[in-house]
Amino acid sequence: MTLKTEPFMLNIGPVHPSTHGVFRLRTTLDGEVIIDIEPIFGYLHRGVEKLAEERTYTGFIPLTDRLDYLASMSNNLGYVIAVEKLARIKVPERAEYLRVIIAELQGIASHLIAVGAFLNDCGAFFTPFLYMFREREKIVDLFEMVSGQRLLYNYMRIGGFAQDVPDEFLPALDKFVRQMPGFIDEYDRFLAENEILLARAKGVGILTREMAIDICASGPVLRASGVKWDIRKVDPYSVYDRFEFDIPIGSVDDCYDRYRVRVEEMRQSLRIIKQAMEQIPPGEIRAKVPHLVRPPVGEAYAHTEAPKGELGFYLVSDNSIAPYRCHIRAPSLMNLTALRDMMIGWKVQDAIIIFGSIDITMGEVDR
Amino acid sequence: MTISLSGQKVAKQIAERFPEVVSEVTDQAVVVKSESIFKVAEYLKNSQDFKCDYLNYIAAVDYYDYFELVYQLTSREHNHSLVLKTRCYDRDKSIVPSVVSLWRGADFQEREIYDLMGIAFEGHPNLKRIVLWEGFSGHPLRKDYL
Repeated sequence: MTLKTEPFMLNIGPVHPSTHGVFRLRTTLDGEVIIDIEPIFGYLHRGVEKLAEERTYTGFIPLTDRLDYLASMSNNLGYVIAVEKLARIKVPERAEYLRVIIAELQGIASHLIAVGAFLNDCGAFFTPFLYMFREREKIVDLFEMVSGQRLLYNYMRIGGFAQDVPDEFLPALDKFVRQMPGFIDEYDRFLAENEILLARAKGVGILTREMAIDICASGPVLRASGVKWDIRKVDPYSVYDRFEFDIPIGSVDDCYDRYRVRVEEMRQSLRIIKQAMEQIPPGEIRAKVPHLVRPPVGEAYAHTEAPKGELGFYLVSDNSIAPYRCHIRAPSLMNLTALRDMMIGWKVQDAIIIFGSIDITMGEVDR
Repeated sequence: MTISLSGQKVAKQIAERFPEVVSEVTDQAVVVKSESIFKVAEYLKNSQDFKCDYLNYIAAVDYYDYFELVYQLTSREHNHSLVLKTRCYDRDKSIVPSVVSLWRGADFQEREIYDLMGIAFEGHPNLKRIVLWEGFSGHPLRKDYL
């Protein structure tokens, strides 16, 4: 006797701990095996691009915080660099160095959450996550020191920063930079050779090099697929051309490689911060910029290497106080393009890991 | 440093291959006719001189008289980038050929432009609204949407 079977529809999300926000996945299953998926977005759509057209250039900075809310400083940076390119504003040297330090710290904080949440998805429930939060807390304390905020900082301004860092910032940063390598070694000791992590993540969710380029992936997802492409190196912005660092890449293109690349990138970020701390000059923190910036008629695209990938802002100016058009190139959205190909053929629990390894923030996907 | 190719240089090479497709040239960008965007993009992707295998972004801008689509392409091998533009003048029936078959990364971006700006992409495998729901009326990023 043969049993009649038919595909089964399972709806995951939008409100589910493993969807990292309000992401919905409509899956079609054959038993436990995924035969089709359809990602559904839009639950966090706030129309940020439209809102930009009604705000001044400076007034839009707080909204950039709310794109990738786990890496607010990186979003600030991406946006102010685009405006500075459009308005041809030169940023003082001290501010450039400070931007590098802040952006790299934010990169570490974001990667800590990415790795912690990924392990959560693997089934190591909240223990590694809280270890990661222990260190993220130190970074958040540093950011609170400079901006007064703990999540949405709104610290950068067109032409520099809102205010200079307090005197106790650099010693506190120095302490953090000396402590952090030990913590990363600790993660490696617990996790890199962990049998469960290896069994769950090795060989799962392969994104080939060709496909990664085809879907315009960026950031750790692209690099884990073996593509040596980091905007800080290939198209340096700010003062990134003055620092020495390596670009870690993966070789098997699986979830484990994406995890490894993130851990390795934290070490590289620390290297950059160390060099920047040695070289940071005293001086002005903000260029002389009028209260209402009126860039000349034209357009500019500036991209930065945010923790999730290439974050770009395409701005069009009509010489008024508000952008005529502000298009945001969101890395999280593009990295999701190949989700279907990565998930088909795997079981539901693998799909959760694959999704977690891409590391997205819904604020950026939906905008 | 990624080299930004000047519009004039790119336009010259496109014009040699496809006469009468380039409609305007600026320092940063080449504007081509909307019906030929696919073959120009295909040429830029596959020719040895350009090899633009990476699509940075697609953006749509509403200039009242026309919609402008902006494509930024990058070649990883040559480390250069260029900006390709096209325009569509019909506000009610704006249709542009899709480039999804060249770069799959265009998939969600074209859906987003269709959703928010109301430009349809011919040849897109799954053209439907992405962030707003089916049945929503209007396209919010248009300048005449209130």
